[in-house]
Amino acid sequence: MNHVLKQKTWSVYVAGGLAGILLCLSVLITGKYVGASTTFVRSAGLIEKIFAPERVAKMDYFVKTEVKIDWQWMFVAGIFFGSLLASKLSGDYRLTALPPMCERRFGPDRLKRWIAAFVGGMVAMFGARMTGGCPSGHGLAGSSQLAVSGYVSLICFFIAGMIMARFLYGGGENR
Amino acid sequence: MSLLVWGFFTGIIFGFLLEKGQVLRYDRQLGALRLKDLAIVKFMLSTVLVAMVGIYLFHDLGLVQLKLKTTVLGANIIGGLIFGAGWGLLGYCPGTAVGALGEGRWDSLFGIVGMLFGAAVYAEVYPALKTNVLAWGKLGKITLSGMVGVNHWIVILFLIIVVIPLFFWFERKSL
Repeated sequence: MNHVLKQKTWSVYVAGGLAGILLCLSVLITGKYVGASTTFVRSAGLIEKIFAPERVAKMDYFVKTEVKIDWQWMFVAGIFFGSLLASKLSGDYRLTALPPMCERRFGPDRLKRWIAAFVGGMVAMFGARMTGGCPSGHGLAGSSQLAVSGYVSLICFFIAGMIMARFLYGGGENR
Repeated sequence: MSLLVWGFFTGIIFGFLLEKGQVLRYDRQLGALRLKDLAIVKFMLSTVLVAMVGIYLFHDLGLVQLKLKTTVLGANIIGGLIFGAGWGLLGYCPGTAVGALGEGRWDSLFGIVGMLFGAAVYAEVYPALKTNVLAWGKLGKITLSGMVGVNHWIVILFLIIVVIPLFFWFERKSL
């Protein structure tokens, strides 16, 4: 068992399948379906509340979403620690400033990557909130329930993502 | 055990599995969007195949309730495409950005901060979107099986029959 937990990688099908079992058990035990993007709304609200509590209390979206630490907030926090634990156990944990593929294509300029990551994150979250979920909430929880909203969103995520990737990397064979 | 503790515990296991599946990487996410490395697609599809069987089995036994997100074609398509564009630029989705940070890939931190800003911006414009994009093509809480008018197990069986050969094809093409 110890040996398995320390392995650098598991078959992606096994890891994915086990995540499927986890999803089912979560729904069975607590009634909670996985998701991640609402947590960013709650966190943004919690931060804004420090500076302008009256304003946050009056904003439609924060009223609708309820600015508080909930099941999903703790779930997202748990993802960080689970990943930290797994990578520390296998010795795969490494402070990495630039993704290798990104560096090969765009060079070692960190600032450029930080700006792209920031802008990308901002755009992605705006879109996720508009469609009401991200690859976890729509892609995993939604699709598993056969929700039409899940499949429509997931297909759109990939279409636009592929267009963006093509724009950034071109259609070349370079890995 | 309180819901918050369950959330944290579920997140830790999910983060652990994502790390072992090696899907918390920019290279893997862009690899999928460039159709060169489909690890994240394999992970997601494996999760969905297992979870849909489990969730509907528990549902039919009266043990769990579905929590379907409303299908709104305008919001799902436009929001989904916006998300995809941002995702292609950032190279992490909301859940995997947090997981990537746990593995030491700290370029994701800029994406996480960007996502917090994106959520804040969305909260500002939400009142303006409520009556248009978020209402265009509102179809309700519908499922694929409901839409086609067949039993959900027929759709589940169909998805399994389509996806399993797809897995073999991915492996043969070493994608």
